Amino acid sequence: MNFSNLFKIAYQAILRNKTRSLLTMLGVIIGISSVIAMVSLGQSSTKSINEQISTMGTNLIMVMRANQQRGGVNMGNTNSQTLTVKDCESIKAQCKYISYVSPMVSASGQTVRGANNWPSSMQGGSPDILTIRKYQISKGTMFTDDDIKEYKKVCLIGTTVAENLFAEGEDPVGQEIRFGSIPFKVIGVLESKGENQMGQDQDDIIFAPYSTVMKRILATQYVHMIYASAASENVANQAVEEIETVLRANHKITNPGNDDFQVRTQAEMLEMMSSVSGFLTILLAAIASISLIVGGIGIMNIMYVTVTERTKEIGLRTAIGARGRDIMYQFLLESAMLSLVGGIIGIIFGLVISYVVSAALNWPFVISGTAVIASFIVCAATGIFFGWYPAKKAANLDPINALRYE
Amino acid sequence: MSVIKIDNLKREFVVGSEIVKALKGVSFEINKGEFVSIMGTSGSGKSTMLNILGCLDKPTSGEYYIDDSPVSRLNKDELARVRNRKIGFVFQSYNLLPRTSSVEQVELPLLYNNKISAKERRERAIHALEEVGLKERMWHMPNQLSGGQQQRVAIARAIVNDPVILLADEATGNLDTRTSYEIMSLFQKLHAEGKSIVFVTHEPDIACFTSRTIMLRDGRVTKDEAVNTQSAKAALEALPPSSDYN
Repeated sequence: MNFSNLFKIAYQAILRNKTRSLLTMLGVIIGISSVIAMVSLGQSSTKSINEQISTMGTNLIMVMRANQQRGGVNMGNTNSQTLTVKDCESIKAQCKYISYVSPMVSASGQTVRGANNWPSSMQGGSPDILTIRKYQISKGTMFTDDDIKEYKKVCLIGTTVAENLFAEGEDPVGQEIRFGSIPFKVIGVLESKGENQMGQDQDDIIFAPYSTVMKRILATQYVHMIYASAASENVANQAVEEIETVLRANHKITNPGNDDFQVRTQAEMLEMMSSVSGFLTILLAAIASISLIVGGIGIMNIMYVTVTERTKEIGLRTAIGARGRDIMYQFLLESAMLSLVGGIIGIIFGLVISYVVSAALNWPFVISGTAVIASFIVCAATGIFFGWYPAKKAANLDPINALRYE
Repeated sequence: MSVIKIDNLKREFVVGSEIVKALKGVSFEINKGEFVSIMGTSGSGKSTMLNILGCLDKPTSGEYYIDDSPVSRLNKDELARVRNRKIGFVFQSYNLLPRTSSVEQVELPLLYNNKISAKERRERAIHALEEVGLKERMWHMPNQLSGGQQQRVAIARAIVNDPVILLADEATGNLDTRTSYEIMSLFQKLHAEGKSIVFVTHEPDIACFTSRTIMLRDGRVTKDEAVNTQSAKAALEALPPSSDYN
């Protein structure tokens, strides 16, 4: 029997029971559409996280203080005093894969101007800090190396700070504000960056020369962090190694296990975030595929009932010359067609769902080709796998009994 | 020339520990163009006989020739092919597919024959429906047809593959007298056109429309003789007019 005849027989049988066929397909439709929607949405969210992280700069390198023992007392990570301005200068002088470097000290406090005040954090850095952190100046200028040498009390403020301290339309540049009790002259306003992926307001920030913050506010000789920028994303790993070598030499450390600093890259951060969302995607897809299995069992159940219900039909087909395998192929094809058509509808549904949801959440819309192809294959396999047993049962019916079955 | 020849045919069934002998050595020949009825009470072996004649079952021993070729030792697939090309079945309960138009019912056997194109299939189905007088109802579903009409669709389905032998199993069993006579008249017409027909029945007044009767009893042929054939058409006309409405 050729395929077109077989196909005709199978689709006639499906069309003969439209409602039932539709209900049977519904299981597969729900299963496939949820798998597609989950995978697509998972990928959308991963992509959106990646996009947001890369706005922070993908070649960003952060050197952080690590825990330090002093006289048997563990100082922890935040209180340890290991990084200095000198380390920063050594990195600048000796590392060839580093294009920008800046120390970073931060202090929180209340900013005051006239009757307005606002809590914010002041970040002390070198002029490179804006490039490294991907900030841009909308008005005014950046402080210079001379300002650093002279401990000048100048600062640049983010838009959130500017909005809270100054009246609308007032130009903050050239004005004076107080940070705690210390007066600072505003020499520039930063362009707005919005929130980062953690929901932090990146515009609630004040940049000042690190020397000023260290001497006049914190009265310390140590810096909190060193920000650096690798020459390119590709050399980030070499840059990290260079920094480690320089700092170990400076701190007289021979065993890397005793490092009193940590070097982190943005790439690691990116990897971590994507691995979390990747895991979630897999988890959701796994849950969704359970419904696909349930859908498959639905098909099997219906096919099984169908074989019993259509015993007479099977007997008749045998009597007029259908071979056992013709009967089996017919039932297999019926269940494969049910699951494939259900699968196609499910794919369309799933894509629509993920399009609507990602549009609502402002995520990029991603069509996962792998998920679509995989669900298509799974559908065909479901149909054949779950159709096999009932089809086999149909093919093995004794025609004499089947014809007399009531 | 014989279309069916069976020689010392035996069929035994194993039921539990017992062996039931349904056919105990049956021999006969049916020639081309004969209209034979096989009669017998229940348990006489006529159903077993029909299953073997229809290539749905195989004899335990003995030989069966259809169209001069032996079929006793064919395998399942080969038997399916014989059923498809050489045999037409008509059943007591019509066995039409639900929700399927008459023309598609009739096309069904041809779907299992690769050599026939879709176009030829349709033409032959329409021709067969014409033969049974239902051409104008080719798009009707079974539930839109009366019992007699359904049986006629089934007969069209049985003759569409131009079989060497038409096997009818109590084909009038579900019908009232008038419709039975109509169906028998149709069989007689097909017979007149040269078809060979085997008609299994237990009703003597149906058997009298055939030309020869083989009587089975306890698995043996007890009588095999020519019948004084009645005309179904004449019997139909002789029936009192349907009393239901006048």
